[in-house]
Formats: sequence, C-alpha cells, structure tokens
Amino acid sequence: MTILEDRPSNPAAGDHDRPIGHGRMQRKEDPRFVRGKGHYIDDIVLPGMLHGAILRAPVAHARLVSIDTTEALAHPKVLAVITGSDLQALGLAWAPTLSMDVQAVLVTDKVRFQGQEVAFVVAEDRYAARDALELIEVEYDVLPPVVDARKAMDPGAPVIRDDLEGRTDNHIFDWEAGNKAETDAVFASADVVVKQEIVYPRVHPAPMETCGAVADFDPIDGRLTLYETTQAPHAHRTLFAMVSGIPEHKIRVVSPDIGGGFGNKVGIYPGYILAVVGSIVTGKPVKWVEDRSENLMSTSFARDYIMQGEIAATKDGKILALRTNVLADHGAFNATAQPTKYPAGFFHIFTGSYDLAAAHCTVTGVYTNKAPGGVAYACSFRVTEAVYLVERMVDILARKLDMDPAELRLRNFIKKEQFPYANKTGWEYDSGDYEPTMRLSMKMAGYDELRREQKEKRERGELMGIGISFFTETVGAGPRKDMDILGLGMADGAELRIHPTGKAVVRISVQSQGQGHETTFAQIVAEEIGIPPEDIDVVHGDTDQTPFGLGTYGSRSTPVSGAAVALVARKVREKARFIAAAMLETRPEDLEWEKGRWFVKGDPSVGKTMAEIAMGAHGTVALPEGIDGNLDAEVTYDPPNLTFPFGAYICVVDVDPGTGHVKVRRFIAVDDCGTRINPMIIEGQIHGGLTDGVGMALMEIIEFDAEGNCLGGSFMDYLIPTAMEVPDWETGFTVTPSPHHPIGAKGVGESATVGSPPAVVNAVVDALAPFGVVHMDMPCTPARVWEAMQGRTRPPV
Amino acid sequence: MQISMTINGTDVTREIEPRVLLVHFIRDDLRLTGTHWGCDTTNCGTCVVLMDGQPVKSCTVLAAMADGHTITTVEGLANGATLDPVQQGFMEEHGLQCGFCTPGMMLTARALLDHNPHPEPLEIREAISGQICRCTGYATIVRSIQWAAEHPAGAAAQTTEKEVHA
Repeated sequence: MTILEDRPSNPAAGDHDRPIGHGRMQRKEDPRFVRGKGHYIDDIVLPGMLHGAILRAPVAHARLVSIDTTEALAHPKVLAVITGSDLQALGLAWAPTLSMDVQAVLVTDKVRFQGQEVAFVVAEDRYAARDALELIEVEYDVLPPVVDARKAMDPGAPVIRDDLEGRTDNHIFDWEAGNKAETDAVFASADVVVKQEIVYPRVHPAPMETCGAVADFDPIDGRLTLYETTQAPHAHRTLFAMVSGIPEHKIRVVSPDIGGGFGNKVGIYPGYILAVVGSIVTGKPVKWVEDRSENLMSTSFARDYIMQGEIAATKDGKILALRTNVLADHGAFNATAQPTKYPAGFFHIFTGSYDLAAAHCTVTGVYTNKAPGGVAYACSFRVTEAVYLVERMVDILARKLDMDPAELRLRNFIKKEQFPYANKTGWEYDSGDYEPTMRLSMKMAGYDELRREQKEKRERGELMGIGISFFTETVGAGPRKDMDILGLGMADGAELRIHPTGKAVVRISVQSQGQGHETTFAQIVAEEIGIPPEDIDVVHGDTDQTPFGLGTYGSRSTPVSGAAVALVARKVREKARFIAAAMLETRPEDLEWEKGRWFVKGDPSVGKTMAEIAMGAHGTVALPEGIDGNLDAEVTYDPPNLTFPFGAYICVVDVDPGTGHVKVRRFIAVDDCGTRINPMIIEGQIHGGLTDGVGMALMEIIEFDAEGNCLGGSFMDYLIPTAMEVPDWETGFTVTPSPHHPIGAKGVGESATVGSPPAVVNAVVDALAPFGVVHMDMPCTPARVWEAMQGRTRPPV
Repeated sequence: MQISMTINGTDVTREIEPRVLLVHFIRDDLRLTGTHWGCDTTNCGTCVVLMDGQPVKSCTVLAAMADGHTITTVEGLANGATLDPVQQGFMEEHGLQCGFCTPGMMLTARALLDHNPHPEPLEIREAISGQICRCTGYATIVRSIQWAAEHPAGAAAQTTEKEVHA
C-alpha cells in the first residue's frame, strides 16, 4: 500500500514530528467512499421494508385538542398511523433523556416546541408516507410561548413543563463551581475590573447526513435489530433496553457509515423510537430518515448561553480572577448529553489557560419553547462556551489596559513548571507548555508585521482586524469516579485478535463519523505490535461485534478508546513473549522486543515474529501454565484523568466599511494534541473545526420570532460556510504528550471548533476598534457589523 | 410515465410517477446509492450528478426531465478498476472525512477539469461553492482537485514525491 511521507507542516517543531505508527498514511476507508460505496443509513434496504414519516407541530406552545387519523389510515399505501395516545397505551409516550429528564416521543398533552413530533405514519414508500401526513387533522389550542430565556423565570411566565409533578416555573437547575467568597474578595481589591454580557447564540451541528433509523423487530424470537445514525451504539442499546423493555441481549444496534455527527447523533430522538414501534406494530422493517428542516428544527442544537462575564486584574496586566453568571437555555426538555454530575458540562474550565488567584461561576438552566438539546456541535461538553467567554474577556481587558492582547496572554499563562496544574474550579490540567505554542503562532502569522500593516491601514480608513485566541480543552471523558451518563461509566473496551496467519482484527466501542478510526486505530496497533496497518482490520459500529463502551463524542475516541487499543495491543505483545519463549525453549525474561518480533537477548538472529507466534499460539507448541492457545486479549479502559490539548489561533480579517462584510483573510492555527498518530487526519480535523468556527462567528444562528417560530429551519436560512468564505488554513503544531495516556495522545476533534470562534470575533472587534466597539455578539453578519459601526450593538434573539 | 436515459454508460428505461425526483430515481429505483441527498432545498450539493457532462443538483431535477439525457453518477467515475484522477486526488490529499459530500464534490471537480484542465485555486473554490462540506474545511478538497489537475493520467504518472512501501 502507498504510504506518503509526512508533510512537514511545521519545520519549527523539529524532531517532535515523529508520529506513532506509520505517520501520514492514506485512509483505509477512502477506497469505498470515493467509489460511492459508503453504506449510510438511507442506503439500507431490507426485504419488505416500510417507510415512516413524522407529523410535526406547526406552533411552539399549544394544547393538543384532538387528532383525527381516519383519512390517513384510509390511504391505500398506509399501514399504520401512530399517535401519542397509542404510545401512552404502550407506556412509550415519554422517554428518558440523557440529563435525567423525560422527553415526549409523541405529543400527548401539549406541544412544547415548533417541530415537535405529533404523529407517525408508516407507509409502503416514502412519498406515500409524506402524502399521508397531509391527511391527518389536528386541532391545537395555542398558548403563549416562552422564547426568551431571560423571561423564562418571570413571575407569570407560562409553565412549559406542567407534565412534571409539582412544577410551577421553568427552572431546571442551578449549578456552581469555584469559591465565591474568595473570588469576590479578589474582585473587591483589584485595580481593574471589566464586565461584559456575552451571548453564545443557539447554533446547530447540521451534519450533511441527517438522522435516521431502520428498525427490524423479529416477533418470533423477540429480537430487535436497529440500524441508527448513532455516535454511541452501545449506550443506545442499553437505553433502548431500559425504554422498550426488550431485553438488552435481544437488541443489536448497528451504526453504519455516518455522514458527519459533531454531537448531533449522540442523543436518542423520537424518530428512532417511532421506527421501532412502527416495526413492532407492522411486523416489518421500518425506515425513518428525517429531512433537513426536521434536522435543524428538532434535533440537538448547541450553545444558547447568556453569560455575564467579569475579569479582575492589576493595572500592569496581571489577571487575578474571573467570575460569571450564566443563563442556559435548554429548550423544552432537558435532553443535554453530558456527564450526570455536570449539568453545565465542562463549562467550569472557563478559567482557560491562565494562572488565576480565584474563579467562580454559576449556571442556571431554564426551559423555553424551543427544541431540546444543548451539547452538540463539537463543543467538548461546553468547553466551547467557556473558551469563548474567557478569550473575549481577556481581549476586552487588553483594550481596557491598552495592552497588546498577545502580550497580555503571554504574561498570564500557566507556566510549564506548574503542570499538572490544579485550577480554581476543580480541574487538574495534565500537561501544558503554552508559551512556545503562542510564540510559534505569532511567528507563522508575522504578528508584528500584521500590527504594522493594521496601523497603516487604519490611517487610511481601512478596517483590518487581528484576533487571537488561546484555548485549553478538556477531553476524554472520563474517569468513572467522576463521570457517568445515566449511571453508565464512561469507559471504552477493545478486543484484539491475531489470527493464526498473523493478520489481526481489533474491535472497538467507539464509532467514526468521518474521523478515520479504521486507519488511526490500526496505526496504534501497528506501532505496538509491529504488524503493518494494512493487515489490521478495525471493527466498529455493531454492538454484536464489539465490546461495550460509551462511543465517540467530546473528542474522547483517542483519549479513551485509543488508550484501550494501545493497552490491548501491549497485552497481546506480552502474551506473545510467553508463547515465543515456549517456542524458543527459553525463559520469557530472556527475550527482548523489537517492533514485530521477540528475540533472544544477545542473539538477535534467534527470535519469532508476531505471525510465527500467532501460528504457534494456535498450533501444537506446549504452552506454559495459564497461557491460552490464542493470541487475543481484551481491555476496558477507565481513564485516570481527562487530556488537555491546547492551541494558539490568530485570525486576520478585513471589514468592508461600506457594507460590514467580514472577509477572513488568513487563519493561523497552532495545535498541541500531544502525540500525533496520523498528521494528515489531525490536520483535516482542525481544518473542519476552523470552518465551524468561522461559520458560527460570521453566519450560523438558529433564531426564533416572538411566536416561537424557528427562523433557521433550512439551509436557505441557516447559513454554513462554503469554500468561498474560508481561507487556505495555515496550520502548525507543538507536541506536549499527555503524561497519563499510554501513547501520550490527547483528543483533537473539537479543538478548532472550540478555539476558533473567539479568534474570529476578536478580529472583527479589533477591526471595529476605531468605532469604539468593545464587544459584539455572534454572528458577525454584514448587517450586525454595520449596526455595530453605527454604535448599535444588539444581542441575537 | 415511462422514461429512458443513459446512466454511467448503460441505457435504462423505467416506469415512474411523474413527480419522482431524479435523486430518488437514482437511489431508490436504480439502487445507485453513491448519490446522496442532504437538504431538499438545492443548497448542499450532496446530490450532484452530471447531466450531459454538467453538474446538476439531482434533488431539484425531476427524473422526467432527465428523459433522453446522459447521467454520470459517482459509480460511473472510475473506469473499471482504474480510478479517475479526481478520486485518486481525494485519497491522496485527504479531501474527504465522512464521505457524504464527496461524490458530489468529485463530480463537480470532474466537470471543472473537463472544461478547465488547469484551474487556479480560486476557480476551484468557485466551482465547488454551491456545495457544502462540514468536515474538511475545503482546503484539502481544493488540494485534491489540484492533484487531479497535476496528474491527468492518474497515480501511475507520478512517482517523485512518494515513498512506496510494500
């Protein structure tokens, strides 16, 4: 197979550029994708398969008065119409969410957001199913909606969740981290305090493939096979067992090729459950695939945080403390996917990359008449919001102190010798070395030259902005002592088998949505046991074929599952030592390892390759006590801590003074994700995240009008960057290995999505400095930028 | 109604409902599932196929409108076992991650290179600007198409910059 030389994307990083395994290697999954032979959910066709479609509520808040399905049922191609009352009879009208709340599968009492699921039609083909939706008559009694989270707790606000016993308001939770008294004391005596309300608007991950399922229930043996667009097949199987009453050993969840996830495919949506019910009711397989509007209007959104930020510093630029109060809009059901103990996810890493004396945050979650969700779109469990807050606040402070924002950051970084670093809100940063990363980004950008150019342009009335963001991520959830989702510890399993001829299969519990697991996980095994990656198959996405584990989200595949795979390979390598010793009639301690082979110490010509050892294991060699006749192993990995990748981003924008249009001219991204497995794949992940960041900063938003109508319900309204809106990315890297990860790797999938929005917004605000603009909220659309230039900034709806 | 067209070099004739979209005809009737759909509103371009050599969004073309025309889908890009240089370029330069937008991107690239064998990066960006990719950030797609432009005969023609292992 072809292996390309590693492209030296950053000569300055020197000899750290030695990736694990075989470096920059073409992806093993690509040959099928470039031939159009990927196998996505809508490509699945089972014999006798029927098609489902969902009738959705046209209003945001309304009592359900009546549903008449007579005409729909009379359609010649319709086999079933399922309503909320049908589900109620089965005990399936409500399902548990990932945040210990419940969510309506179909409306029984009240519509709580526009686009909510009202009825499910099963028909012979997809056109007929859609036709029949038009034949269902529903009467609603419309209620005033709660659209603005700021008004959700007003006395007299409509109570959205009157289904919950004793509920008299829209409050979900209050949560805090850090020490309030200590923080308040530091603020009281600080030279400089700046405050700013910062809104992170509601956005949507919008993967190119929407969500869908094909359910196939076999009534004879009671077995459910469920093909689903899921990033977490094992967790889904367990939850389906809990919800449906079908025993877990009778459920097989298969996640086929997934056309992008970004967190959108973590939760269990009503459509999945309805496909299962449809299959049980009709006795045939049922496919349900949502359209784009359904995806944008009903599946997991992201962000929607209103943050009151405050930063305290000395007058010479030593940052002392941060505090914030956050209002979190969770929509109509609290369906956020996050570890149980953390209702605001990992937001409390909002102290960022700085050495602070004190920090405190409070987060209040409220219900509104909007779609549920909250953790999605590559956010690392709300590190996105945290990084945006701190990186905007530091820039606002720099303006106040009239200091260069790069200099202010450099002056306040946690120092290399302070790691592992305990921050003021309970995190232990495993490793870091921030200054070289920051300096490299400045060197690549030509930072001083850019500032000179900006000065000249300002004198000519041109608007150029330079924005910096330095982020610290926390990924790889998580240690079972701290983290679970609905009681499931966040571990991942791996099984490795070396077949008698020396070819291998590794089975993993995480599921790729484009990350290239079939390649990188083979590379990890290759590095550990010396079998070439092309001789190692990676099996994933099928609960019948893989060990239990919590799946791919929060950049956790490499930190957790990657560790499991490295350790299972080491276990096999160690077992091979005993078998090789038996084959060579020597003692295991007399053998030495070189990649792919155990040999006798002092006599390298005498040894056994992994292929020879595999054949020996399955052959007739007399094995030592306690060694089975195979070369297999399995591992479940409970990470001791999270990993803390970081990076320095610099964005250069030009703003059209006449129109407010923002052009991202350059974007320099230096990332440190520890040990690098496949630099090509890492670069790809970063490019994608940077594009997300430009999208959120400049154009993406899910807004609502006063009636609760979703204004971002199609790609005509929810704008996503094309090739014309993004620059040719300039990437570099440093390497600070994780001290506790077996190969020193950290997650990287979400780094750029987390780190880039503040760089873009800081650049736009910097460009608008001549107008006295200190802050503007995303998205920086031409209209909003132009308003800011006229002295009118406004939060997004 | 009855329609006939040439798809990937094969003549097909089918009886269809007049309202059937070309994307559904290709996927559901012909079972060529390499053509995807992603938005229903002609914005995303995952459904792009070539109609008489020009990229069209097949979610916005009725199957009936393709009657008598020649359609190329991703399944028709390769010549047997030999990949089109565009397909090779996407593999060489990491022009894809989840693979969902990839067929449409590659077909647009093929049409571009057929008309303009040596496009500038900006011309490539303009050519694919009617299509959305959520994974790659586009730079590697641009590089992939440049690779194809630089290797019109495919991988066999280039050996200089690669190390080839067994």
